[in-house]
Amino acid sequence: MELNAISIGFVVFTIFTLGGGFGVVTTRNLFQGTIWLMVSLFGVAGYFILLSAPFLAAVQILVYIGAIAILITFAVMLTRSVTRVKTRYIRLVPSLLASLALFLILIFGVTMPIFGGVSPELAPATVASTRDLGAALVDENGYVVPFLLASVLLTGAMIGAIFIARDDSA
Amino acid sequence: MVPLWMYLAVAAALFSLGVFGALTRRNAVAVLMSVELMLNAVNINLVAFWRYSETSTDLLLNGYAFTAFVLIVAAAEAAVGLAIIIMVYRNRRSVIPEEAAALKG
Repeated sequence: MELNAISIGFVVFTIFTLGGGFGVVTTRNLFQGTIWLMVSLFGVAGYFILLSAPFLAAVQILVYIGAIAILITFAVMLTRSVTRVKTRYIRLVPSLLASLALFLILIFGVTMPIFGGVSPELAPATVASTRDLGAALVDENGYVVPFLLASVLLTGAMIGAIFIARDDSA
Repeated sequence: MVPLWMYLAVAAALFSLGVFGALTRRNAVAVLMSVELMLNAVNINLVAFWRYSETSTDLLLNGYAFTAFVLIVAAAEAAVGLAIIIMVYRNRRSVIPEEAAALKG
């Protein structure tokens, strides 16, 4: 891997992603954990830019960091008084062994070419753009049905969340 | 250029971190955050495979569009999940997943 802007960016975003993820699963203070989650999600958005999917990077920042992380922050604050649970972890050793074994299996799977050879990266000109995605989302041969179903799902989730979290006594 | 397996290795590490957090954390909000980490690892994989697959010469958008739909479902999951956590907290004064066992058989 030669040293250029993409490989430097890859290293930086790897530090962001994995460092943030490590912070999420280890920090005692959940509010700090939310900040670490934002760092990790930002690193993932950087990967999307490296993989020439800038629209997904923008959606990642808007939806994940802008909406989901803020929602989690609210949940942390609303359940504040009991966030200081005595023990941070349960089932620590078996879970550690299980996730470590999973990691080793996955690493073995992705580094050994057991699924056949991997093609080199394609030139950026041959990759679909945001304009192509927008056209495909409303194309009847493309993704118009999943697109509409996603709208219904979001509406249902919004109504359901309001209904579940509503305070009946108020 | 960064080879494909490096993206997959990072995604594997992030997914394992998420599995570890989801299995061990005592707080339901932290479990939900770990699930978000796992979803993001899967998204990295989807986009990386889309970017490196040979068939994308004829502008196939499957990986790209599928990642967008995963993001939508993740948003819905987070909204409903946090609503459930807040409701359980209001009823039981607890965010520990094991204590919300009313539906346990």
